[in-house]
Amino acid sequence: MLQINNLHASINGKEILKGISLTVKDGEIHAVMGLNGAGKSTLSNVIVGHPAYEVTEGSITFNGKDLLSLKPEERAHEGIFLSFQQPVEIPGVSMVNFMRAALNAKRKYQGLEPIPAGDFLKLMREKRAIVELDSKLTSRSVNEGFSGGEKKRNEIFQMAMLEPKLTILDETDSGLDVDALRIVAEGFNKLRRPDSSAIVITHYQRLLDYLKPDVVHVLIDGRIVKTGGPELATEIESRGFDWIKEEIGL
Amino acid sequence: MSAEKQYIDFFGEVHDTIAARSCAEMNEQRESAFEAFSAQGFPSPKVERYRYAKVEADFSPNYGIALTPLTEQLPPYCFRLTNAEPQVRILYNKVADATDSIVALNTMLCVDTLVVHVPKGIRVEHPIQISNILKGEQDTMVSRRILVVMDEMAEADIIITDRAASQSRFLTNQVIEVVMKDGSHLSLYEVEETHLLCTRYNSVFVQQGRNSSLHHTNLTLFNGHTRNRLDILLQGEGSEVTANGCVIADKMQRVDNNTLIDHQVPHCTSNELYKYVLDDSAVGAFAGKVLVREGAQKTSSKETNANLCATSSARMYTQPMLEIYADDVQCSHGSTVGQMDEAALFYMRQRGIDEKEARLLLKAAFITEVIETIPLESLRDRLHVLVDKRLRGELSKCEGCKLCK
Repeated sequence: MLQINNLHASINGKEILKGISLTVKDGEIHAVMGLNGAGKSTLSNVIVGHPAYEVTEGSITFNGKDLLSLKPEERAHEGIFLSFQQPVEIPGVSMVNFMRAALNAKRKYQGLEPIPAGDFLKLMREKRAIVELDSKLTSRSVNEGFSGGEKKRNEIFQMAMLEPKLTILDETDSGLDVDALRIVAEGFNKLRRPDSSAIVITHYQRLLDYLKPDVVHVLIDGRIVKTGGPELATEIESRGFDWIKEEIGL
Repeated sequence: MSAEKQYIDFFGEVHDTIAARSCAEMNEQRESAFEAFSAQGFPSPKVERYRYAKVEADFSPNYGIALTPLTEQLPPYCFRLTNAEPQVRILYNKVADATDSIVALNTMLCVDTLVVHVPKGIRVEHPIQISNILKGEQDTMVSRRILVVMDEMAEADIIITDRAASQSRFLTNQVIEVVMKDGSHLSLYEVEETHLLCTRYNSVFVQQGRNSSLHHTNLTLFNGHTRNRLDILLQGEGSEVTANGCVIADKMQRVDNNTLIDHQVPHCTSNELYKYVLDDSAVGAFAGKVLVREGAQKTSSKETNANLCATSSARMYTQPMLEIYADDVQCSHGSTVGQMDEAALFYMRQRGIDEKEARLLLKAAFITEVIETIPLESLRDRLHVLVDKRLRGELSKCEGCKLCK
């Protein structure tokens, strides 16, 4: 599904990613772990095409397409979804209009007619139930006045609406209490299809207990320094990152 | 030749024609208006209330001057001045600032006045819509005059729309006087959707009596150069005013809103919110003064001007002013000028909304706050559609309007 090859990226002239290679196959969940500043969020931002980041070397291929040549919205249409670490509040743009615009943009890209109003509202209701998102929230402006937990649930709700092929969860667990984490994680699991994949960026084991990654990567200073199975996450949870640094001689 | 001279000369030539087509109340004011205009000429940018306008340039071109009286066939509550009741007719030119030379020019050249008179205790069920449609093959200057009289406890909604049905140059000099007697309620909406060759000077003067309430919204959706003056005189205790406005401007459009809310007596409330979305090389100006006079205790006043400049070449001049001569009041005023929220833009693009559409949604969202304050639901819904069309560049002719075809 996704092939990242020797990816180098910088922001404001400062190199953050220093040669990342990563392959995610259909149906796989990959966890990316690492300390603050290791480049985890940069990696997710580069995959979705954030204009502040400059790719200086390497390539990303998504289902055979050269991802780096696509605009952010085209990458979304191709099926990439980012659950933002800090979802943005957009006063004055209603959730309904926002979701309708997003869904219809994707349909247009696929050569489909806009979704009929009745079908759209029905879809909203169905998907809302999956993440237990109150209808009061979806009648408001995008993320405006949402609590931290509600914002994260809203991200998963949007994912449910757009049905991506690859979802990137960027520290979706940060700022969530135990119950909210469970709702978000269970919602995510319910929405998974056998062929959909995910990259889960996190500091902690907690979210991974629910999501059960196939592969775990450790990112330090812009490089993937270690890759293993789910047991690697458990080991990091108990021992931290220092032993890995020692192992690779940092 | 100075810009004034053509109007002075023209007045000399057509004075008798105007007088013959007009009525006594208007003719009585004409000579003093002519004197005021001839003495002052057009206001320079040194005149405080014209700081952001380019009056001389706006009035310089050679326009044909329209001198057409109104038709006799007018809907309920609407009259030609000459047919209005005597106690209404005497209010002509009593509320407007007669010393202002743009007002004086209107008083000098205007042939007829449209009166809206709602008698005591009457609640007008359906909104009264006044459509000003500019049409003609020649470049034309139009002097328009409206007098609204709301008697005690009267209630009405008035929508005034300005449009242009042909692509000539038009210059409109409009004066609206509003007298609100005790306990009256008025919602007054002004919507301009003209074109790039239209210049509009619009001076609105409102006098409010005890416990009266006014909701005024001024929307400039499409224009060339526009200058709106709004003076609200709160003269009766317990009166309230909401004075809102929004502007969407791009290309080389220019919009200047200049407002005064004059708290003359105690226990009055004013709320003012103006929002501008400026794109390309558009220039916006907002100068709003809230004046709380000595003795106007328990005044409550809030003034906000918020602006979005979507490009680095768009310009906004903002000047919120608060002058207080009473010691027991609650007043606030402020303004902001900001740019597109890049984080919100990217968030929308990540969801698949293309950049152009995302920008459009953000601009519409910015304006929404003003439209949402409009009490009249049908107008609110219509305006959401118009704003969307405007931002998509689809606003040209008013659909469904027989007159524009």
